[in-house]
Amino acid sequence: MSVLAIVVLIAWQLIVNSSLSLKQFGLKFFYGSSWDPVSGDFGALPFVYGTIVSSILALVIAVPLSVAAAVFITEMCPGWLKTPLSFLMELLAAIPSVIYGLWAIFILAPILRQFVEPFLSKFFGWTGLFSGPTYGIGMLAAGVILAIMIVPIISSITREVMTAVPSQQREAVLALGATRWEMIRIAVLRNSRTGIIGGIILGLGRALGETMAVTMVIGNRPEIAKSLFAPGYTMASVMANEFTEATDNLYLSAIVEIGLALFILTLIVNIIAQALVWASTRGMPARAQA
Amino acid sequence: MSNGNQTLGVQRISLRRRIANHLVTYSALGASVLVIVPLVAIFGYLLMKGIGSINWAFLTQIPKPVGEPGGGMGNAIVGSAIILLIASCFGIPLGIGAGIFLAEFGRNKFGNIVRFTSDVLNGVPSIVVGIAVYGLVVVTQKHFSALAGGVALGIMMIPTVARSTEEMLLMVPRTIREAAWGLGVPQWRTTLSVTLKTASAGVITGTMLAFARAAGETAPLLFTAFGNQFWNWNVNQPTAALPLQVFVYAISPFDEWHRQAWAGALVLIILIVAAVTAVRIVTSRGMYRGAA
Repeated sequence: MSVLAIVVLIAWQLIVNSSLSLKQFGLKFFYGSSWDPVSGDFGALPFVYGTIVSSILALVIAVPLSVAAAVFITEMCPGWLKTPLSFLMELLAAIPSVIYGLWAIFILAPILRQFVEPFLSKFFGWTGLFSGPTYGIGMLAAGVILAIMIVPIISSITREVMTAVPSQQREAVLALGATRWEMIRIAVLRNSRTGIIGGIILGLGRALGETMAVTMVIGNRPEIAKSLFAPGYTMASVMANEFTEATDNLYLSAIVEIGLALFILTLIVNIIAQALVWASTRGMPARAQA
Repeated sequence: MSNGNQTLGVQRISLRRRIANHLVTYSALGASVLVIVPLVAIFGYLLMKGIGSINWAFLTQIPKPVGEPGGGMGNAIVGSAIILLIASCFGIPLGIGAGIFLAEFGRNKFGNIVRFTSDVLNGVPSIVVGIAVYGLVVVTQKHFSALAGGVALGIMMIPTVARSTEEMLLMVPRTIREAAWGLGVPQWRTTLSVTLKTASAGVITGTMLAFARAAGETAPLLFTAFGNQFWNWNVNQPTAALPLQVFVYAISPFDEWHRQAWAGALVLIILIVAAVTAVRIVTSRGMYRGAA
């Protein structure tokens, strides 16, 4: 009961505290791209852009890796490796985000600056995505660190859904003469499709709201740049950086409105994810009984 | 005859399929290795960079001004402990209460709504919780405080505790409950001293995981507990916290502070890993007991 009250209370707080900027800017808040606290002009587009791009970048990196790792753990690896491997993955999920950020600033960003970014700009510079000076810190670093953070989430849910596939399905496909990969593709991946997508969306929800690690490496510049090397800004990190600096009421309520938007965004994403995960894990035993 | 069939069977798997099979096997192996690499790298660097700066002074002293060597995070460790204590006092009973409700009386529409809301709350970004608590506690109190930080972390703990409590309670066989009812024990007493007690190992596990997660949270503390450079024992005053201190030091331009950030991170991770591992040991032992 209290849970319900708390969610309502959070939503109510966000709405009340952002009412000033809600009234002042209306919908323009989300497509205006100037963020000027001095003259009192606020548009959240650069932050929305940064949040979405960094999260999508993280998904592009994390999804293939985490699904492949889950396939390896559930279907291929010898029994004695299974427990330590999944334990290590759990450990990866337990590391606080501020420690990811610390590691990203001092280790990951220099690696990106010295090796990865020059390589990318040399071979893929023509796409326009990998051009400009290489700072190390920027959108790419944020995407990579987010990817590392959401791999355990996607991977553990994928593992769960794959384990729920009845082993008769696997045996049936193998008996038809399939190789192991064909068995995995036909019996396992196809049956756990919905659940895997649910896990991916849950990971997306986490990436959207992640604050500390991203704030530490994204560069914090409210600008929309095509190159992934350029610094950006996300909704969560603008709140972290500027909330305590916000002096007048309009500034404060503009930041709270970003919080409200982020709240609604993650709400939608999570609802979709929950629905998908429930559908695939709860549907399973029912079908087996029938 | 049988020999011929066997050779035929082997040949039927074409080269293309065999190559695809091997390719997938090795790329899956490669992906798993790649996923583990950051973990090893993070722990390796934490140990390498942090261990040198950890000493008695680091654990017991307050930060020194920039430029002066020495100093430590003693106040941040104590501050984290205070905030987590408040969060636990507030979050764990509420979480367990909600879990009991969901497991024992939640097989209906209202239960489903609560279950769903708790999943939603689990997905709310921690920084948004921080902003809401700022509005609720900090604005009404007119200043930052450990209390506000505790409330924010407590809210973060509730959904995890609630869902794991529910799951554990549902695993308790119905016959045990019926045995208690058969002895004339009222429902509330059954729930508290029979069902909850049977499930206690699992409930403790969930609680510890929630605690570990809250211990590492930084974002909601930015504008609730706020941080403090000095000792503070008053829950109504701004208070330092370990993850917060690590963040502030990490983004600072000073080498000395960077060293301290690594050391603080190492202390934090040791505490968290100890908690998670302890949980792991307790649960695996519980499973053996259950099997025996």
